[in-house]
Amino acid sequence: MRRSTRATVHAALVAAALGAGAAGLLAAAVLPGWAQNATSAVAIDNFTFKPQQLTVKSGTKITWTNKDDIPHGIASANNAFGRSKALDTDDSYSFIFAAPGTYQYFCYLHPHMTGTIVVEPAAGGNAVQ
Amino acid sequence: MNESDRDDGVSRRRVLECMTWAGTGVLWTMTGGVPHSLGIIGEAAAQEARGLTFLQISDSHIGFDFKTPYPNSVGTLEEAIAKVNALPAKPAFMIHTGDISHLSLASQFDDADRIISQTRLDVHYVPGEHDFVDADRKLFLDRYGRGTKGAGWYSFDANGVHFIGLVNVFDLRAGGLGNLGNEQLEWLEADLKGRSASTPIVVFAHIPLWTVYPDWGWGTEDGGRVLEYLKRFGSVTVLNGHIHQVMQKVEGNVTFHTARSTAFPQPAPGTAPSPGPLKAPADKLRSMLGIASVTFKQGEQRLAIIDTPLQG
Repeated sequence: MRRSTRATVHAALVAAALGAGAAGLLAAAVLPGWAQNATSAVAIDNFTFKPQQLTVKSGTKITWTNKDDIPHGIASANNAFGRSKALDTDDSYSFIFAAPGTYQYFCYLHPHMTGTIVVEPAAGGNAVQ
Repeated sequence: MNESDRDDGVSRRRVLECMTWAGTGVLWTMTGGVPHSLGIIGEAAAQEARGLTFLQISDSHIGFDFKTPYPNSVGTLEEAIAKVNALPAKPAFMIHTGDISHLSLASQFDDADRIISQTRLDVHYVPGEHDFVDADRKLFLDRYGRGTKGAGWYSFDANGVHFIGLVNVFDLRAGGLGNLGNEQLEWLEADLKGRSASTPIVVFAHIPLWTVYPDWGWGTEDGGRVLEYLKRFGSVTVLNGHIHQVMQKVEGNVTFHTARSTAFPQPAPGTAPSPGPLKAPADKLRSMLGIASVTFKQGEQRLAIIDTPLQG
């Protein structure tokens, strides 16, 4: 059997993480306060998220990549952002964090694996809180 | 091969209790604390007296086709099924304690079904977390969930033994272990209500219902409530998978047992940085994969569980 092909999932629908009131902010995404094109990475290695806590500016695209021989899956602890497909070895999943806040997440296959993304307002303000 | 020791004795009271479901036509004696049938009326009763033998396979992980040292998961499942087919006495049925597939893909379930069906045995499945990769759990439930409740739990009876298949791989919470949930636990309480305490019970689920090693998530948050409901029963056997190794514990009337995987072994708790696949030398690997056969004999409190590796 062939292993599933490498699937890189870009969850660009940042709106999923935001309430209706915040939608206006999305439209203003090009304004200062949006960390444009900023990226950051989390490795999944030995059943841990590395780094376990990551602090970024709002608008940063975070990419998780599975380095283990076993699949993992990313899910928000309180459904604040979209769930990934199952990530087989070397698969990755990305999500753009628009709204400042603290996002707890876990592996939905191995829920003892947990991590945190802290999203700070980018320079210039625009915090949604 | 290792057989569960059954030397802690069966109380006379317990034996008498267990006799009540053994039916008529069998005479009993006690030898060294273990009852044996002396005389049997009729051929049908003779069949009965040999007890009930069923098989457990687990964690076939079809789709796990990693580089060396692991052989492909299809090949090792085929070897396991060949072992089943070669058994001198045909088992009554088989249970599969989950992680049939690696990623819940239809093609992976297809491969598993094609190989497992060669046994021509009825198979009772419960899902592992790898079979519930899709959020709505349809991939597993559409195929295996017919006639089940909720996320796929159910019970059935065979030869006077009550079997309960539980699902502890859904609604998992950040930082938590396996989870059964209120709805399922209430169903279980009702399912057990009114059953005689002498009814032998076999519970099977993917993740161990007892806490094996919480640091690796090897346990079930609300597994204690299951044991609470089962306390009054004289013979309870809990069969799990998930940890890809044989582990056994006896607590009162409850025997806990986990089966080997047919695909790849995992390390003993805490002996590796993570529970990832154990990289065993090729010549050792097949001694770490295998199947389990479980025999229930009337009057014996504990089921005899024999773990058979693919090799060695």
